[in-house]
This record gives sequence, structure tokens and C-alpha cells, in this order.
Amino acid sequence: MADPLTPIRRLGRATTERIWRLGFAARFLFAVLRYSGASFRRLPLTLREIYFSGVMSLIIILVSGLFVGLVLGLQGYETLQRYGSTEALGVLVALSLTRELGPVVAALLFASRAGSSVTAEIGLMKATEQLKAMDMMAVNPIARVVAPRFWGGVISMPLLAALFSAMGVLGGWLIGVVFIGVDDGAFWSQMQSGVDFRYDIVNGVIKSFVFGIAVSLIAVFEGYDSVPTAEGVSRAITRTVVTSALTILALDFILTSFMFRGTS
Amino acid sequence: MNRTVLDLWVGFFVAIGIAALLFLALKVGNLSSAHLSDLYVLEARFDNIGGLKVRGPVKSAGVVVGRIADIRFDTASYEAVVTINVDGRYRFPKDTFASINTSGLLGEQYIGLEVGGDEKMLAAGDTIKKTQSAVVLEKLISQFLFNKASEGQEKK
Repeated sequence: MADPLTPIRRLGRATTERIWRLGFAARFLFAVLRYSGASFRRLPLTLREIYFSGVMSLIIILVSGLFVGLVLGLQGYETLQRYGSTEALGVLVALSLTRELGPVVAALLFASRAGSSVTAEIGLMKATEQLKAMDMMAVNPIARVVAPRFWGGVISMPLLAALFSAMGVLGGWLIGVVFIGVDDGAFWSQMQSGVDFRYDIVNGVIKSFVFGIAVSLIAVFEGYDSVPTAEGVSRAITRTVVTSALTILALDFILTSFMFRGTS
Repeated sequence: MNRTVLDLWVGFFVAIGIAALLFLALKVGNLSSAHLSDLYVLEARFDNIGGLKVRGPVKSAGVVVGRIADIRFDTASYEAVVTINVDGRYRFPKDTFASINTSGLLGEQYIGLEVGGDEKMLAAGDTIKKTQSAVVLEKLISQFLFNKASEGQEKK
């Protein structure tokens, strides 16, 4: 006989579970920050993680940036030519990339390319009791394993986002100037007068920095908190990608509403 | 501590990342060109500023000489008070004429400074006395239509 209260109990348990995890994640972030001294004193540890999450993501970031730029060039030209202002293509491409697409798409790609592998690595280390073994040897696993991966992601993210935007601008230039024949000088000069360093580019870099912190924290936390079985690790990886994507988009809305509230 | 191949790759990655940032700053952004320095403040009062925006350009003879810093409404005179930052390299006479213009038919609005012949120069904090408000296109069109209509009546 089914208890009528079961669904309510389940809902309640799921809610407390979420809040519990959120609190643990916050405490985990403080622990990572507290023990991250070691990841800068022993720089090779962090360099190795920058290599695995940053350098290994280069190809996907550069190629996707180029294609996003190509598409922006084509679509932007299509719309702008109706108003006879195709010279504004440069501004359109550069603003959409530096403000939004660069940080956001690069962070989404980074979460699925590097975040998932970090989760898998830490989850597997937990499943094979390597983290416990470290604890037994008086090596703090947060300082030795988690913090370098966290900082590797945080340092890589803004650089990858900048590369993404730069490739995108080159892609837009390739379509607009080389293939369609928009005037080269007008393309760049309109871009330079329309894109402000402080307002557009610095804000974009701040965005990607915040996304880097969010994605790296989610990746290391999901790995550290995973159920130490094959199934648990695979679930943790899925959660990393899903949570990161949602967090990036939600944070982007919040940051955008702070940064670009329409100059008046 | 030995150097490894990994260091080379990380170095390469950081270098091209910074190169991309520089590219964005110098080639895409306006850090290199039209950089205003040593700013001083001027004020101008307008009856109607139209669609003027903060951070919009201030031009003289088509050259960007400053940026709009602040726009506010003065309840004493019911006028718009526009504060502009002007590049310290450029000085303007006391009788400079400020007007709100539009670049192109649909372009952004900017403040144009037309230079007068006064010997004395505007100092920081001064107010530009002679101004012309933004042209409101709807008013212009309705005036034109009104004139046309009255012409038609006179002919009858």
C-alpha cells in the first residue's frame, strides 16, 4: 500500500539534500582557497593542470571561435545590407564576441572539455581510494589534488576566452572583408570606434574570470563529492556539465545586468 | 628542478593567450586610437538633448575631442545639463557654439563644437553659453506638412 505522504517526503529529502550539498560546496571553496598556497609554492603541479585543461582545450576553442566568427560574419552581413550599413559588420562581430559569445561559449566548451575530465579524474581517484591513501600519508588531498586543478582552470579560462574572441573577429574579417568584400579600413575603424576597452573588453575578461572560478569549482567539487563507484563517477561527470552550463548562463545574465545596463 | 616539454606548452599557451588579449585591446578596441588624455570638464545647457547618450563623442571639425561624462536635468531652469570631458590638448574660445548633431540619418548623436572668434579661452568648469538643441525629426516633418497644407489652402 502506497503511503500518500511518500512524494512529499521525497521532495523534502531532495530539497534538504540540495541545500546540504550547496553548503558543503561553499565550505569546500573555502578549503580550496585556504590550501591553495601549496599550488603556487609548487608551481609544476599547477602548470601541469594548466597544460591539461588549458593547452589541451586550445584546438576546440580556436576552431569553434573561428566558426562562430564566420557565422556571425555571414548573418550580420545578411541583416546589415538591408540597411545599407555593411561597414558596421566589424562592430557587430567584435561586440557580440567580446561581450557575450567569447566568455560564454568558451566557458561552455571549457566545462565540457576540461571540467568533465577533471571531475572524472578526481572521482576515479576517490573511487580507487587514492585520496584516502594520501590522507593516510598525511598529504592533504585538497592541497595536492584539488587546488592545482582549480587554479589551472581559473587561469586558463580568461586566456581561452580571449583567444576565442580573437579567432572570432578574424573569422568575421575573413567572411566580411576577404570573401564578401566589405571595405577593410571601414571594417577595422568602425570596430575600433565602437568597441571600448574598459567597457567592453575588460568586462568580457571579468566575465570569463568569474566563469572560470564557477566551472573549476563545480568540476572539482563534483569529483570530490561523487559516489565512489563507476556509476557514481559517471553521474558526477554528467552533473558537472549540466550544472556548469546552467551556472554559466545564469551568472552571465546577472553579470550582464550589472555591467551593461544600457548607457543613458 | 628541470625544464620540461610541458613548461614549453604552458608557456606557449599563456603567450598566445596574452597576445589575443593584446589583439583585442589594440586592434579591436580603442585603446590605441582616439585616446583622450589630461581631461578637463566643460558644461553645456540644452533645451532638448534628443537621444544624446553618456560616453557619446564630442567633435569639433569632425575630430573627436572629448566624451560626454554626465547628463542631468536641472529643475531650476528645466534644461538638460550636459557635462563633457574635453582633451587637455584642445582649448576652445569663450564663444564656442555647441550643437547636437546626428551622424548620418540613423547614426548616433554627438555634440559638435563650432569655434568662435573670442580671444579668451574656456577654462575647466566653464559653461558653454551658446547652444543649439537636437533636431527632433517628427517636429520637422509635421512643420513641413503643416506648411504644405497651408500653401495648398492659399492657392484656392
